[in-house]
Amino acid sequence: MTEDQEQYTFDFHEVSAQIVRGSTDELKIKIGDFAGPLDLLLFLIRQEQANIFDIPVARITEKYLEYIRLMKRLDISIAADFLVMAATLIEIKSKMLLPRDQTVGEDEEIDDPRQELVDRLLEYEKFKTAAGMLYERSTIEQAVFTRGAIESDETNAEVDASVFDLLTIFQKIAARHIDEIKMEIEREEVSLSDMIKSLKQRIFDTGEISISKFFEEMRTRRELVTAFIAVLEIVRTEGIKLLQNKTFGDIILRKV
Amino acid sequence: MDLEVEQKQTRTAAEIVALVEALIFVADEPITTKLLAEVLEEERESVEAAVEELAREYESRESGLQIREIAGGWQLATRTEFHEEVRRFLKTRPSAKLSLASLETLSVIAYKQPVTVPEILDIRGVQSASAIKTLLDKRLIVAKGRKETVGRPMQYGTSRDFLIQFGLKDLSELPSIEDFEDLTQGL
Repeated sequence: MTEDQEQYTFDFHEVSAQIVRGSTDELKIKIGDFAGPLDLLLFLIRQEQANIFDIPVARITEKYLEYIRLMKRLDISIAADFLVMAATLIEIKSKMLLPRDQTVGEDEEIDDPRQELVDRLLEYEKFKTAAGMLYERSTIEQAVFTRGAIESDETNAEVDASVFDLLTIFQKIAARHIDEIKMEIEREEVSLSDMIKSLKQRIFDTGEISISKFFEEMRTRRELVTAFIAVLEIVRTEGIKLLQNKTFGDIILRKV
Repeated sequence: MDLEVEQKQTRTAAEIVALVEALIFVADEPITTKLLAEVLEEERESVEAAVEELAREYESRESGLQIREIAGGWQLATRTEFHEEVRRFLKTRPSAKLSLASLETLSVIAYKQPVTVPEILDIRGVQSASAIKTLLDKRLIVAKGRKETVGRPMQYGTSRDFLIQFGLKDLSELPSIEDFEDLTQGL
């Protein structure tokens, strides 16, 4: 029996969740943290040395409720799922107390009210065991080290510029424009899509473009706003990155 | 084809092995033989042979390094035996372990992907929202689109980082879930 138990008990279970039975009938929690109601149930079944295919529902339900009560007493907040399981157990227990339906013929299979729970427990246990396997794999993997990153275009000191950096630049240039542009006689409308198109073209031609230079080319406030929106749009939709060499430095649009 | 080979400087097998070693060394991530072949302008087969040869070389001279296949690519890494000394030098400790709940959720996702939150709840019998968030934060899982069913729930699957962090060549290297059944039912 002990050998079998070792097959499905993993270290990580031991350290994170363990109930020890005291000399009295009371359950004592050492570090009571089960991954879920099914986990707790499996533990109790095993602790009671019960057969999973023939669960002594009354006994297990009692132990389960004892544990829930203990959690409450210790002021551990109980996840609703634990209570759902308690209800399920009580339901199964009561079903099993009911006298068997006499109309069912002897040859017919009588549905065991425990069947669904057993299926769920077995299914769950597979994944619990798989989790133990993953745990072991990751532990082994943590003993393997790869080389540190080599400085390349992606890892150099340039930082990603944020929209706020962009706004700061925009405000600076817009402020300059207020002084410069006193009269707007002709209104040459540049549509957003034209602006995006020409900006895209320039980035793809030259690889990168300085944002403040691009903004300064704009002659009117309207154009400037369109240019700003075009930059936001192009960063969002195209493979283009915003880069800034230092804080408050110039922002560059670069093709990824 | 023959012409091309003639125009190009033909390299010896040993040279290809050396070049492959250099590229695997500088690569930040596991590098595929496909990419190696493209960069070196060599046949995929000769690159594959070179990688295998390289891995054997490291093995046979009991190097402190190993060339290993992971997440569909090849990687240069220290050998597990030396983890204590390496860690002492790097002054690092093993990173925080995933919680029991996160590991369970991850195992369900790994085996059932693409899988939705309600499906995970069915198996684990407990809400997994925080575990899923942890796994997303650690980039071990990724969203894989919505399931065309009531409520269109998001589906999740494991990422490339998952393969790397768990030392897997690909998902097929995971033992079959049915094997665990045999293991757990051996009562």
